[in-house]
Order: sequence, then C-alpha cells, then structure tokens
Amino acid sequence: MLAQLFRFKGGVKPQTNKAISVQQPIGQAPLPARLFVPLHQSIGGAPNPLVQAGDTVRKGQLIGGADAWVSAAVHAPTSGRVLAVEPHVAAHPSGLPTLCVVIEPDGRDEWIERRPVDHRSLAPERVRELLRDAGVVGLGGAAFPSHAKLTPARAVAMEHLVINGAECEPFMTCDDVLMRERADEIVRGIAIFRELLSAREVLIGIEDNKPAAIAAMQEAVLRLAPDYRVVAVPTLYPAGGAKQLIRVLTGKEVPASRRSTELGVQCFNVATVYTAYRALTHGEPVLSRIVTLTGNVEQPRNWEVSLGTPMREVVALARPRADSSSFLMGGPMMGFEIPDLDAPVVKATNCIIAGSPGLFPPPPPEMPCIRCGACAEVCPHELQPFELYWFARARNFGKTQEYYIFDCIECGCCSYVCPSHIPLVQYFRFAKSEIWAREREKQAADAAKERFELRNARAEREQAEKAERLARAASARTSEKKAPPEAAPAADHPPAAAGEAATTASEAEAAKKAAIAAAIERARLQRESAQPRNTERLSAGQQREIAAVEARRAARSTADTTAMSATTGTAATTDPAGAAVAPAGSQRDE
Amino acid sequence: MSWSTPPYLLAEVSVRRVMLQVLLALLPGIAAYVWLIGPAIILQLTIATLAALLAEALLLRLRGRPLLLFLTDGSAIVTAWLVALAFPPLSPWWLTVVGVLFAIVVAKHLYGGLGQNPFNPAMIAFAACIVSFPALMSQWPALGLRLSVVEQFEIIAGLAPRVDAMTGATPLDALKTALKLGDGVVDVPTLLATQEVFGNFAGRGWEWVSAGYLLGGLWLWQRRIITWQAPLAFVCGLSLPATVLWAWNPQQFADPLFHLFSGGSLLGAFFIVTDPVSGSTTFRGKLIFGFFAGAIAYVIRVFGGYPDGVAFAVLLMNLCVPLIDMYTQPPIFGMKKPE
Repeated sequence: MLAQLFRFKGGVKPQTNKAISVQQPIGQAPLPARLFVPLHQSIGGAPNPLVQAGDTVRKGQLIGGADAWVSAAVHAPTSGRVLAVEPHVAAHPSGLPTLCVVIEPDGRDEWIERRPVDHRSLAPERVRELLRDAGVVGLGGAAFPSHAKLTPARAVAMEHLVINGAECEPFMTCDDVLMRERADEIVRGIAIFRELLSAREVLIGIEDNKPAAIAAMQEAVLRLAPDYRVVAVPTLYPAGGAKQLIRVLTGKEVPASRRSTELGVQCFNVATVYTAYRALTHGEPVLSRIVTLTGNVEQPRNWEVSLGTPMREVVALARPRADSSSFLMGGPMMGFEIPDLDAPVVKATNCIIAGSPGLFPPPPPEMPCIRCGACAEVCPHELQPFELYWFARARNFGKTQEYYIFDCIECGCCSYVCPSHIPLVQYFRFAKSEIWAREREKQAADAAKERFELRNARAEREQAEKAERLARAASARTSEKKAPPEAAPAADHPPAAAGEAATTASEAEAAKKAAIAAAIERARLQRESAQPRNTERLSAGQQREIAAVEARRAARSTADTTAMSATTGTAATTDPAGAAVAPAGSQRDE
Repeated sequence: MSWSTPPYLLAEVSVRRVMLQVLLALLPGIAAYVWLIGPAIILQLTIATLAALLAEALLLRLRGRPLLLFLTDGSAIVTAWLVALAFPPLSPWWLTVVGVLFAIVVAKHLYGGLGQNPFNPAMIAFAACIVSFPALMSQWPALGLRLSVVEQFEIIAGLAPRVDAMTGATPLDALKTALKLGDGVVDVPTLLATQEVFGNFAGRGWEWVSAGYLLGGLWLWQRRIITWQAPLAFVCGLSLPATVLWAWNPQQFADPLFHLFSGGSLLGAFFIVTDPVSGSTTFRGKLIFGFFAGAIAYVIRVFGGYPDGVAFAVLLMNLCVPLIDMYTQPPIFGMKKPE
C-alpha cells in the first residue's frame, strides 16, 4: 500500500529504547487492596460522586457522572465496598490531592448488567452520549473526552479519519502491544468512529519502528475493513503528535486557532478506539488501561492495570532496580516526575518509567542563549523558540503571543537540542500560565467595571426619571386646571397630557421629553397589561373620588419635591393608577 | 526530591562543543597561514588566547558570574583566534592584546557577556584598532620575507626594530594603491600578471589561506554548526558587484574570484557572518544579512579608504539585525499560504 507521505518540519530522533518492554505480552495486573479512583480523569468538567462511603459497587458501576458536555464519566473498576470519597494525591506533577472514590475490592469482580449496543441502530447523538457515559477519553495521554471530538463540522466534509498508532515517545510501547494483540477490536472501533464522523478515508499511522504492530494491523484491516490504509510513517519525534501525524498522512496543517474538523480531518489514538469498541459492543466502560512499565527495572513489560491502582503497586510488578531515583509518568520527552507513588493510575497513565541518574542524567548547568537557532530548526510548529524564550524571560507576554506561543505543543524538541541546556518548555509554560492568569484577572476586572458602570447608569436613569416625573406632575397640575377632574378617563392618560404640556413649556426639550414620556407610557401599559388593577371596574363615583385624591396628592407632593429631595409620592404623581398597586421601587425591575 | 522538568532526555550538545568545532574548523586556514609566513601566527594566537582568557576571567569575576563554567565554554578562545587571524601577523604583541581586550571587555562583557553582544566582538576589535592604529594595522609581512622563529618572536615582542622592508601591503591594498597611483595608466590584468604579490587567482599565498577557511567552513556546514544561507549570501553579495564592475571595465576592476580569495572574504563568510549571536536568525534574514554584508564589504574595499571592508560591513549589518529579524519572521505551522 503506497501512500504519499508528507513531512513536518523539525523533529528530533532521541534513542527510542522501546525494544525492552515488548518482549512479553500484555500482563494482567493484580487488583490492589484498595483502589483510589479519581473522579476527574479527563479534560473538562469534574464528575460529581454518585456513591458515598459504605455503598457497595459492582464492576462497571457509574461512580462519577459526566458534569458537562466536555467531561467523561468514571466507573468502579471492580466490585467492592466504597470506603470513602475523599481527597487523595493525584497523578499530577503538583502532587496535590484530588477527590477520589476509595474502593475496597471484594475479590468477586462482579459486573453490573452490561448492555451491548449496536451503534448503527442508534442516533449519532445517542452514541456520543453513550461514549461519554462509558468514560471514553483520549488514551494517548491528553485524556480529552472523545465524544466531544466526534461531531463533524457542518460546513466541511470529513475527508480523513486519522488513527494514531505512531507512539513516538521513547520507551513507551503500550500502543504497540495493543496493536499487536488486539488489532481486530481496534479496527472494529475505527468503524464506529468512521460512521459517526462520516469520514471518507481511514488512515492508520504507525511509526516504522513497529513492524510487528504494522503487520498485525494490516492483517486485521485486510480481513475486516480492506479500505482502511495502514501507513508506516518515518520514526521522528513527535510524529505521534496529532497535528504532526495529520500533516504526515494528509498534508494538512491544523493551526492552534482552528479545529481539525474544520479542515475535514480528525485524529484518535488506537487505544481510544479500542475502548470505544469495548464500551459499545460489549457494554464495558473504561475501567483499565495498558501501562508500559520500563526504564531502570528488572522486568520491563506492558500491563493492563485497573484505574485507581496506586502506582507503587504497579511499579513493583516491574521490580525497579535499587538505584532508581525517580519515576516518570508518560514518556521522557513530555512526561513528568511522579511526586508521590501513592498516586493512582489514571486514564492518562500510558507509561511509568523508572529513572536513574545514569538513565536520565541531571541537565548540565543552564548557559545563556547564543541564538544558534537549533531550537527553531527542530520546532515541529516552526516557531522561533529562542525569540519566545527571550520575550518570556523579559516577561514581555504580548510579544510571546505575537510570536505564537499558543501554537507551542510543548513537545520538548527545542529543549532537547539546546546547546545552552535552557529548559525552554518551562519558560513557555510559565508564559502561557501568566497570560492565562492575566486574562482571568482582566476578565474579573472587566466584569467589575461593567457592574459599576451599569449601576451608575441605572442611578442616572432613575434620577432622570425622577426629574421627569416631577416635571410632569407640575404640568399635570396645570392641565388639571384646564381639564376638570370629572373627566375620569384623564386619569388613564396623564402622561400624554404631560407630554403635550412639555411641548408647550419648552421647545428645546420637547422632543426628548416626548420620547421619554412615550417610553414611560409604553412601560406603564406593559405593566398594566401584566398586573391586575384594583382601580378597574369601579363605579364612576369611585373613580371621581380617586381622581380627586390623586390630584390633591399630586399638588402636595409637587410642593414637597420642588427641592427634589423626597421620593415619596413621585411614583404616585407620574403614574397614579399604577402607584395604587406598585410601590415606587418596582420601577427598577423594568 | 530534586526539581526536574521535561524533557528528561537531552541531546549531547553544548556551547563548548559548538565552540570547539569552530576552533577545529579554523585549523586548515591556520595551517596554510603557518606555511605562508611561519610560526608567527601561532605566537599571535597564543597571545590572543591568553589575553582573552585573562580578560574573560577578570570580567566574570567583576560581574559575579560562575568562573569555570564560562571560562571553559570556548567562546572567548574563538573570539581571540578570530582577532588574531584578522590582525596582521607581525603586529606588536600589545596591538593583539588591545584588540582582544576590546573584543572581550567592550564588545562582549559590557553588553552582558555570552549571547548578549549585538556586534561581532572580533570585528569590533578590528574596527577599533584600524581606526586607532591605521599604520600598524596595514603592515602585512612582505612576500618572500623569510624570518626565523626567533626573529619573528623578537618583532612581535618589540625586541627588534620594525623595518619597513619587512612589511608591505596586502594584495587588496597593493592593487588599490597601484590603480590610484597609476591613475588609468596601469590596468588590473597587467598588475596581476607582473607584480609578485599576486598569485594564481588572488594574493600569492593568501589565496591558500582563504582556501583553508573555505574548507573549514564547509566542514562546519556539514556538521550543521552553521547554515548555508549567510555564507552563500555573503559570497553572492561580494561577487555580484565585483562581477558587474569587472565585466563593465576589466581594466580597472579585479575579477570576483580575486575578491573572494583576498582579504577577509572567506574568513568573514564562514566565521564572521555566521556568528549566531550578532547575526540574523531567520532564513530570509540570514540571506539579507549576508548579502548586504558582502556587498558593503566590496564597496568599502574598492571605493573606501580602508584596505578591507569586511569588518565595517559586518558591523553595519549587525546594526540592522533586529529590524531584519522582525520583518523576516517565517510563517508557522498551519499559517502558510496554501501550496
């Protein structure tokens, strides 16, 4: 199968060190004494706990419901008893705690009732919901909820579905062994995604240093879906980055500012596709994942590990050597040092590497940048990392954005080749987080400013309205002298009269006042239509009485408020009928 | 637990390695130099290196920077060697020292040390000295001058009197002076054919020193220490006006090959305009920077008052680097015009 391949610029070729961990098939990791299942394992909203201490749960039972559209559910990895729902150290470089459901397995591993579905018989919308509720997220490491990526763009036809089996991080082999051992299920999973996206073509990209995986996938494709293309891509870090793989396979470049679907392409990891297949066709939510245990260990191997298993117990399976000084989660290029091995394995835990000073020597001392441009040469997004570094150091964050800091995928190629050993990625993360923090501050300040201005505007408006009412009250009094109070309907139309009076009173302000009066009248009519009035259906005598009372009150309050000090009675004068039921303050609601 | 950050793998590269390779790349040129005029240049390189390291150490001390780390990064030695190679080989020792001090103290550390200098330190040294000591900076060893190691040492150390007969003009200078004096009577082809100072295609002997620089430069390019844009653009910038004027009036203008292999052309092309700190960093920027450095060098050496123009040309272009870089930022991934 010959395919035209494209190149992405840059990239580096670190030692892959993959062979050591693929000597044995995937092992089934034993269940630990306690599982610490974090509720927040994906990008997006944190699921809320649906269980509490003392509950018994069964394998696959929902314990955390998806919180928003971009969020994914979390399930009990085995049957047992919930001991607590409490914060526990997270699989995160910060080592901060996160809310976990602590489960004591009962050893029976009893499933809930599994409901396999045929995705073809369901509406795509329903399938996406099922995937979300099965906790299907990107297992390449980003843990982005997959269902949220499965909506095609309306305007653009989906040309390519790219399946990512490149696995470019050194040491990592979890996708490799998955493809070798479970190719059929991956190919069946691809079919689901392809139908959801109505993708024209399926391209499965695998780095050419994994011939066994390529062969297994090709064999499965040939049997199950001969029109898919399995493509061996050159081994070049970061070829497994979604954007890089899309570039290599389709020639399309997805900038940070756009979604890949807008360019008619979408990309999923092989393990993600596999879990989607298990979720729909077998009704099994995501309860475990394959984790590569490698590095400075006696027995490097891939294990299928229940989510929530403390890393300490997982690491023990590989028997780390005595001089292991640190443990990385993820690959050596983009992973992080695990601050505490009590942290549980989560959906994003693709690899745990035992490190030693020999394997990952401490970086030599940082030197000044000599602008050699080696970083720019290897940047897969064709940025100028040394310029970004310069600006980030100078805290010139505006400039970092001009030089596209948010297109940086933090792949680490620049740091890898820097002869001055500058931790460039850290500078970029720093700049990004500062920019985000400032955005948040600015938004908060803007919101406060807006609130303040709105309040001022409201106060001004109320003041103007008050003045207007006073003016109208005064003119109402004059018009009363012209039109006797017996004219009962006049009580319903004082604003109109006031408008006329104003016109005669001042030519200059006439138009403005008329507009205001009209607006107030409209508002009044609106309110009248909404509110019952106790002055309706009164006898003519009663109405006359009311009108007389109002006229007196108006006269008095005008006298009172000539100094514009009191608010009492103003509402009554402007709107005598409404005032009978609505206090002056109610005007605020308009 | 030590604070550590990804990536945990680093390529085996360092500033020291880069500088060491630049020094290695200078060796072919130096070898030709020794063959041409004897070991005087080795002495000059030694003086320059010692002066540079001393100045570097002193300045690092004053600035409170880690001494060993920066002293061993090799950058001061590269600067020292470039100064020594740009200066006349029989210069008195103090002239070399003054040049090196100017490069290390003023051009480098006063601007903030390694990586911070806007101007090429070696070229600053050359410019400062040719302005301050024009006579000394124009005295190149006369051709056929065969001095013993001791005699060369004595001249450089100032123990022996400087005799005018020992020194002469560079081929570039000789040509310019002869053309000026001849005032239309003599022509270039005759001069090149008759005067002893001219060799096969440029200055006698000097052409091979230049060839040595070319060899070292190509090796640096092959090792990916330098990129091709600035050197090639420099060569083009120098050759283009040379070719045009030579084609227009071969009697008064030397051919481009002569210019390429004379003076500091190839040293400049591969070791000066490729300096990453003071040069342009973008693809198009390097082309612009190199081209104009070459063209200005030609204008100065042919029409200006100095025997060679590479130093001033490079310094002028150093001035323009921030502007050039700003306007030549390449489009990034996903933002290019459709192919």
